[in-house]
Amino acid sequence: MPKDGGIGASTTRREDVRFLTGKGKYTADINVFGQAAAIFVRSTVANGVIKSIDTSAAESMPGVLAVFTGEDFVDVGGNPAGWLINSRDGEPMKEPKRPVLAHGKVRHVGDAYAAVIAETEQQARDAAEEIIADIEELPAIINMADALAGDNVVHDEIGTNQCFDWGWIEDNRAATDEAIRNAPHVTTLELVNNRLVPNAMEPRASIGTYDAAGDSYLLQTTSQNPHLTRLLISAFVLGIPENKLTVIAPDVGGGFGSKIYHYGEEALVLAASKKVGRPVKWVADRTESFLSDAHGRDHVTKIELACEKDGTFIAFRTTTLANVGAYLSNFSTATPTFLHGTLMAGNYTVPNVYVNLKAVFTNTAPVDAYRGAGRPEATYSIERVIDMAARELGMDPVELRRKNFIKRDQFPFTSAAGLEYDSGDYDALMDKMEAIVDRKAFEERRKASEAKGKLRGLGINAYVEACGIAPSNLVGVLGSRVGLYDAATVRVNATGNLSVMVGAHSHGQGHETVFPQIVADMLGIDPASVDIVHGDTSKIPFGMGTYGSRSLAVCGSAMVRATEKIIAKAKKIAAHMLEASADDVDFAEGQFTVKGTDKSVSFGEVALKAYIPHNYPLEDIEPGLEETAFYDPANFTYPSGAYACEVEVDPETGKVTIERFTACDDFGNVMNPMIVSGQVHGGVVQGIGQALLENTTYDENGQLLSASYMDYVMPRADDLPFIAVSHDGGTPCTHNPLGAKGCGEGGAIGSPPTVVNAVIDALQSGGKNVTHIDMPLTPARVWAAMNNA
Amino acid sequence: MYAFDIERPSTIADAVKALKEEDAQALGGGQTLIPTLKQRLAMPSALVSLTGIGEMKGVCLADDGAVCIGGATNHATVAKEAAAHYPGLAGLAANIGDPAVRNRGTIGGSLANNDPSACYPAAALGSGATIITNAREIAADDYFQGMFETALEDGEVITEVRFPVPEKAHYQKFVQPASRFALVGVFVAKYADGVRVAVTGASENGVFRWSEAEAALSADFSAAALDGLTVPADEMIADLHGSPDYRAHLVKVMTGRAVTAAA
Ligand SMILES: Cc1cc2nc3c(=O)[nH]c(=O)nc-3n(C[C@H](O)[C@H](O)[C@H](O)COP(=O)(O)OP(=O)(O)OC[C@H]3O[C@@H](n4cnc5c(N)ncnc54)[C@H](O)[C@@H]3O)c2cc1C
Repeated sequence: MPKDGGIGASTTRREDVRFLTGKGKYTADINVFGQAAAIFVRSTVANGVIKSIDTSAAESMPGVLAVFTGEDFVDVGGNPAGWLINSRDGEPMKEPKRPVLAHGKVRHVGDAYAAVIAETEQQARDAAEEIIADIEELPAIINMADALAGDNVVHDEIGTNQCFDWGWIEDNRAATDEAIRNAPHVTTLELVNNRLVPNAMEPRASIGTYDAAGDSYLLQTTSQNPHLTRLLISAFVLGIPENKLTVIAPDVGGGFGSKIYHYGEEALVLAASKKVGRPVKWVADRTESFLSDAHGRDHVTKIELACEKDGTFIAFRTTTLANVGAYLSNFSTATPTFLHGTLMAGNYTVPNVYVNLKAVFTNTAPVDAYRGAGRPEATYSIERVIDMAARELGMDPVELRRKNFIKRDQFPFTSAAGLEYDSGDYDALMDKMEAIVDRKAFEERRKASEAKGKLRGLGINAYVEACGIAPSNLVGVLGSRVGLYDAATVRVNATGNLSVMVGAHSHGQGHETVFPQIVADMLGIDPASVDIVHGDTSKIPFGMGTYGSRSLAVCGSAMVRATEKIIAKAKKIAAHMLEASADDVDFAEGQFTVKGTDKSVSFGEVALKAYIPHNYPLEDIEPGLEETAFYDPANFTYPSGAYACEVEVDPETGKVTIERFTACDDFGNVMNPMIVSGQVHGGVVQGIGQALLENTTYDENGQLLSASYMDYVMPRADDLPFIAVSHDGGTPCTHNPLGAKGCGEGGAIGSPPTVVNAVIDALQSGGKNVTHIDMPLTPARVWAAMNNA
Repeated sequence: MYAFDIERPSTIADAVKALKEEDAQALGGGQTLIPTLKQRLAMPSALVSLTGIGEMKGVCLADDGAVCIGGATNHATVAKEAAAHYPGLAGLAANIGDPAVRNRGTIGGSLANNDPSACYPAAALGSGATIITNAREIAADDYFQGMFETALEDGEVITEVRFPVPEKAHYQKFVQPASRFALVGVFVAKYADGVRVAVTGASENGVFRWSEAEAALSADFSAAALDGLTVPADEMIADLHGSPDYRAHLVKVMTGRAVTAAA
């Protein structure tokens, strides 16, 4: 049983009091004395040559302090890609410069080419309308296949729309081809993994403040990882020394990946602040979010599954076009490659896997990691084609999966796509899922639906993913330009309470609750006496922020290591106080006790001693009680799951309703089950959104048709079922001190194929020969598929 | 938004006068107009708010039994106060937007705007309502003139809408999943002298009457009476959410469901 408020307790989220009572402090809530407002002028065409920009009228408008165009930033650096991918032929990927403001050309609708700084936002908007840009519109490059075929290019200087042509694992290509050629059965599926707009509740915002007194800068911004933003601005874009730049990400209202990256607006407010001598604030409106936040997914894939007649898998082979949009966002080259191709063996012992992926530039918003980042695309392809194969082979979809599962006693298991899965028990998850779903009674539920004139389907899915990003040595070999460790400083204050400075950033995850649970548990103290400090580069150690379900597995591990150092030092101090040797001192429940005696001192007394070191062995032990640890994971963590979804389809309208949803996940050891359930709920909801609702559409001219909530469908409460969640009894991660696996993305990874499999099952049950529909499965698409079948 | 003046008259006469100013515009609940202003897509010099005009608010019964609704009455009020007299109409009002929209948006604003996907136009046309303005009375059949087009003159204010009450009626709305406006909405009303069927959301020409269905249902008020009828897909709206074929198909499905629900 978990200790009160310790590891494993479903402690309620302490940060919610502030969020739910309107006391959160988001970037837009911050107003700095003397601040001016920035407004960006964005392209309304997808592709065009900037012939000239006349800013003179705007500059003379009331309140205007400065106007910037791309011309002002030609001498500074570009915002780089964080990961170098080499093509199959060894050529490095194409890396066009991503400038602060578009220069020479605009490359997508929403591409900012000018910015106005004025006393007020209203004045800046008025002036922005007076900027006269002569932009010669060119045909837009939208469709990826056309982009590769034609000679109209997004970036003239690289002369092609192909960023790279990647093979994984290239050495396995011939064997995989051969295996497929000789296989008794091959199932082929062409599918689209639909583009998504992240839609964090809080739009991006930034305030830049230049302080002439210290020649230093402060950036307050909506970021998932302030240190990376600082590093990029310092080392690549503006060249401000890191010691002269503080980045603070205060409360952040969701990111889902879109706030991992550094964006040009952040560089602009810093540069503008220096020029106008005032703090400069920018807050995106919702339209800007739609047009300029990094989008997610957008793959077009052909997957082949080769198997024996009895269903034993022989090979998976995919060819994928991955849209990177108009510019390379920071993780855009890692997401479709090492976060996707390496997962293409799924939960299976399949011996041959080969992935060919071409990344393609188009005149659309940049595409990058979005909750799940590459792994949802992998799981979707694999689990859809398996479902299709089961139907072709006349096998039960659960049995086909079980037949090919890696078994519990095979771990650690090196998959054919090259990852070493440390632990898992996929059959146990399937057992649990089947029990919750009560599959035996499904036929009765189907009959009940049919009696109402509805078709009912059951979809199932198994997933494994790689998160807890990431072992630095491994990713370094694979092309990463950063390390992916994290760091924590545990500061015991003199009066015995603690401030814990962490590199992870909480923007909805609940770190402020869970991290203290762990530290308090280790020290045997009240969690209320531990507080987390995060998001401020001037206070926290250099960490890599939060994404890829890494906060607990990586930063949490650093925090555990730092706390262990605290305990080790405190033991020495206690030993001195107790006049014993440190080896003879036990620490439990917050008390240091000399073995076999009743002599003890409390953790609080030791803390006080560390800061008031009278009668203290200063020659052997430093005063103070503060320790920092950096932790670099030995491997990814590999959460897995078995999901089930039951849908009803209205055959007259094509409308799908989700009747039941079951998510059984293995997240290893769970620190706070309630928060983990919340993470699963959120992920599943976003997955259902992708599967049924979210339809990001550019027309042939590159206009984003779904650029507001009048057309972009966010999942709402009444679109959603009760979600049965189970994540107890997981197999611990074998290489981090908490035994924890990341839990932030599993829901979004496991759910889309589950939903689609269920809809196909429903349509098949109604005698419709529909084998696939591309997401989102809108009523119109389902109806059209039924009527063409 | 651009800057504008705001007037808050308390009588229709004052409102009409204020609207004579160049580029002055009526403001109902603002549920369409305010977002338009925020996007800087309109630049009125002054907004004349109608929601403080007592004589334009509320639901009452005329001597002939018709339900009369003041032009500045919000949807929530109609949902509540028309329920006893005209449940089909109250049900439609109760499913417009969300609570915030229903407590702000007005029937006059909705009919003046005549969004091709809005709900009220189907009720007004399906009921053969009369649109009453500060200047005249307009039959619904003459009032709707295509997408966002109506018979209203500049500065004309909808002061009241009068709905004859049918024996039975029902509105079936198949929602556009993002906006939750009607992807296709069908209002069916059975009067002693025949059935009216009005369709919203579907056509590029805005709300329209499906006369074949009206004839069939007037003879036999049952969903089965629609068997064999088809709705042509030409001039149906094509967008992200549905093709013309799909919309044409839904018109028939929703009509059948409205009849079944009303019967
Ligand atoms: C989130 C959301 C969801 C919605 N969902 C639906 C839905 O499901 N179904 C639906 O039908 N509608 C829906 N609406 C629209 C809403 O119901 C309002 O009816 C509509 O916005 C117009 O009414 P209003 O009173 O807000 O008018 P306003 O926005 O104030 O004005 C609209 C136009 O009408 C003019 N006008 C206003 N009142 C009068 C009058 N009395 N006489 C003459 N002209 C006038 C104005 O000058 C303006 O041109 C939705 C709106 C929102 C914001």
